[in-house]
Amino acid sequence: MALLEVSNLDVRFALRQGEVKALRDVSFTLDRGERLGIVGESGAGKSVAAFTILNLIAKPGYIADGSIRFDGRELTTMKPRQLQQIRGNKISMIFQDPMMTLNPVLTIGEQMIECLKAHRRIRSRDAREIALNKLRQVYIPSPERRLDQYPHELSGGMRQRIIIAIALLLDPDVIVADEPTTALDVTIQAEIMELLLELCEKHNVALILITHDLGVVSQVTQRTLVMYAGRVIEQGPTREIINDAQHPYTQGLINALPQMATPGQRLNQIPGSMPSLANTPPGCAFHPRCSFSDDANGERRRDCREVIPTFVRSGNCDVACHMVRELVESRPSESDASDDNSHKHREAL
Amino acid sequence: MIAFLIKRLFHAFLVMFIISVISFAIQDNLGDPIQQMVGQSVPESERAELREELGLNDPFMVQYLRFAKNAAQFDFGYSYFYGEPTIEVVLRHLPATLELVFATTLLIMLFSVPIGVYSAIKPRSPLSRLFMGVSIVGISIPVFLTAIVLIQIFAIGVQFTPFPVDTGWGSWLNGALSTDGGMPAYGRGDVVHVFGTWSTNFASLEGLSYLVLPAISLASIMLPLFIRLIRAEMLEVLQSEYVKFAKAKGISMRRIYFLHALKNTMLPVITVGGVQIGTLVAYTILTETVFQWPGVGLMFLDAIERSDIPLIVTYLMIVGLIFVITNTLVDLIYGLVNPTVKLTGKPA
Amino acid sequence: MTTASTSSKAPSRLARFRSSYLLYSFKRDWIAQVCFAVFVALVLAAILAPWLSPMNPYDLAQIRILDSELPPFWIDGSDPQYLLGTDAQGRDLLSTILYGARVSLIIGFGAVILQALLGVTFGLLAGYLGGRVDAFLMRMADIQLSFSTLMVAIIVGAVIKASFGGAIYSEYAVFILVLIIGLAEWPQYARTVRASVLAERSKEYVDAARVMGFRAKRIMFRHILPNTLSPIFVISTVQIANAIISEAALSFLGLGMPETQPSLGSLIKSGFDYLQSGSWWITLIPGGVLVVLVLVINLLGDWLRDVMNPRLYKG
Repeated sequence: MALLEVSNLDVRFALRQGEVKALRDVSFTLDRGERLGIVGESGAGKSVAAFTILNLIAKPGYIADGSIRFDGRELTTMKPRQLQQIRGNKISMIFQDPMMTLNPVLTIGEQMIECLKAHRRIRSRDAREIALNKLRQVYIPSPERRLDQYPHELSGGMRQRIIIAIALLLDPDVIVADEPTTALDVTIQAEIMELLLELCEKHNVALILITHDLGVVSQVTQRTLVMYAGRVIEQGPTREIINDAQHPYTQGLINALPQMATPGQRLNQIPGSMPSLANTPPGCAFHPRCSFSDDANGERRRDCREVIPTFVRSGNCDVACHMVRELVESRPSESDASDDNSHKHREAL
Repeated sequence: MIAFLIKRLFHAFLVMFIISVISFAIQDNLGDPIQQMVGQSVPESERAELREELGLNDPFMVQYLRFAKNAAQFDFGYSYFYGEPTIEVVLRHLPATLELVFATTLLIMLFSVPIGVYSAIKPRSPLSRLFMGVSIVGISIPVFLTAIVLIQIFAIGVQFTPFPVDTGWGSWLNGALSTDGGMPAYGRGDVVHVFGTWSTNFASLEGLSYLVLPAISLASIMLPLFIRLIRAEMLEVLQSEYVKFAKAKGISMRRIYFLHALKNTMLPVITVGGVQIGTLVAYTILTETVFQWPGVGLMFLDAIERSDIPLIVTYLMIVGLIFVITNTLVDLIYGLVNPTVKLTGKPA
Repeated sequence: MTTASTSSKAPSRLARFRSSYLLYSFKRDWIAQVCFAVFVALVLAAILAPWLSPMNPYDLAQIRILDSELPPFWIDGSDPQYLLGTDAQGRDLLSTILYGARVSLIIGFGAVILQALLGVTFGLLAGYLGGRVDAFLMRMADIQLSFSTLMVAIIVGAVIKASFGGAIYSEYAVFILVLIIGLAEWPQYARTVRASVLAERSKEYVDAARVMGFRAKRIMFRHILPNTLSPIFVISTVQIANAIISEAALSFLGLGMPETQPSLGSLIKSGFDYLQSGSWWITLIPGGVLVVLVLVINLLGDWLRDVMNPRLYKG
């Protein structure tokens, strides 16, 4: 049984102008020690997914449907008291901006020790020891001093390390990292990601890494989810998603990377922009921007326009795309099919 | 920290200096000591001589320095009306005002924090809405009017008879809405002498009863302000990332509210509190007028009526000094409590 | 329905206002509408005081001393021609309140206009010129603000009264009060405008204007000022309420309108002496009118502030 099982998750926001569906029918699993990446543009719903796991979605957001099972227990219906025991303890989170995440008027020590004390009966002295230990694990120099310092006295990179240390304090099973390096300098980004990778491998901690940065995902994760307009549209082993993306959107994302562009030419863009969650087109949300959604006559395919695509397995990935489904179902045999398919629609580009 | 301290002290001196210049200017231009010192029949020539002797014709700066020197020794001359050194008149009236302000501050601190925090945690509960509604009404009623209404209700008594008087339930309801009054509303009543010029209302229940209405009146205008402020700040803080992070760490809501959130909320509240000290001084004058509370505010007003210039000037200087000291103390407290101020001397 | 040719002129001010967000929110908020209605009613009643009031309280010939201290109509012992009762001199309370409200409003608006003129000018200068001018003006503003404007008003009032004596003070009371309150409260406008100016100053249209050779004064008043009007508008409502309260407070202390030409504040003051003897209406009814006036202005100000600020999502 997987460590974390998210099934058909449906999260909505009850706004003044109507209800907005932030997550639609999102499903994925996470095994012990596995590292999963969730990628997508801003507004695709990645952060919402992250927050929902620990039920940290604030009103007017709410979980409309679906289940989140952690270690066999259902999280969506848990009472706040029980959820509190899981947060920071079994499942920790790392947020985006380390300056905003740490309370400016409390010392690092206070913010670390309170976390330990919230979940265990432990003396301050012992808690301090554990905190120091974790600080060393994230390679922070002179950890004793840090405990008595305030957040604003430290650099951005150090703050994020401390936050990672806090996430590790209680030896959690899962760390959910929401864009952990976006707010940092480029040079520090690499360090932090390496650190995260090292720690997760060493302590067998599962990781859910949420980011819009494909480079980071390819460095760190084993599997990846691609989200678009609140839905998962492709998921599979990271290597395959990066090297051999099958969903047109994912292909577009990969092609848009500067490394993929021809020197001297314009960067490849996906035309248009992602629709706002309040105004998603019917059928496949990507179809207005998709170059494959037209049929032989140049008209929009009916299924792309009207029917929400479901997952079809193609190789080791699950892809939610009508065209891919067509290709898969028209395939003569199973085994070498994946190479054929990618060949086919790469030609069509 | 030192830089911060020095900056604040410098500012304090500057303000005190300005107060002293203004006070002196008032004294110089409006006051005429000669007139008060000698009778009507003294001829002009003698007055002119006296002016020369007393150095009243010296240039402004010289006279100012003389004034400042005396002021530093708390010598401000004699009151026209009382005939005694003004400093003694002020000191006699000061304890009354200080006790009133103390009682008011106590009320404000005791009530504003719980109510403000509650209204922020449960902003839509009926109780919160009630608090907010009452607050905005409270801000709209000038302090002297609140005082008058309180006097009417609690000192004089109101007889409400909206319900039919000849029925049992009617007269019971009428009775519930009416009051007999009886709270003291004039002066300080029986005070117990402590030492020097200080007599206190706090020593006896009776003494305290005289303090109640004036303190509530004075608090009535500042309390809503702080409640609204604490509520607004707390609401903002509760939206911050670090509160979300604390929740994600599994910290109890109670600790989040009362440590993580409250500490951040109170910082700007302290700042505003400092700014409100000046307003408090003005409102004290109004309150003392309504209740005929014999504090420095009432003394000041009487002095204006009587054109008792030296007393006016002394009031400005002494109250100005207290004001400056209090402001500086509040700033220092802020500097101590806010960790981002420690090293650099200004907020990070 | 639409004509073939559409005018190419920009929409008129009225059209823009009609389709504005302001009007839209106003129509949907019943509290704002009620407050606005009450406010307009009070202002109109005050302006039309000479025509609306049953009698002229300043005309000594109309006052009958025997009719003094009569209660308002809902209490026994009242006289129907004096709807709200009479004061100690036999003046009809309704009339004195109407005239009093008039004085209060005149002083309130007058003072705010003065504060705005002073404050906006100083704020523009401080924000645009920066440097020493800015430092000096803002220091002054800070110090004045820390004293609290009411205190400043009291001190200035005290000084003026002591210099010129009570009689002259009473005669020119309206102007003196406008002056006092105007001088006391300019820092509020100055700070607000300065903040706006600083924000606008870094915008490109200012650079463009400078490059075109416009003089500082023109840039300040014709280019930057219109963009700072929104916050000015918002604080004006609060300031009017404050000015009315300040005037009432000053009158209550005897530093305001005299009893011969009373404002709501001085009515409250003179009525207070009769509270003990049971004639509560002399002080409490003018008090009530004052509170209602200030309350509706404050509520309108709150509403205005909510509407004019960027719509933050409210949960």
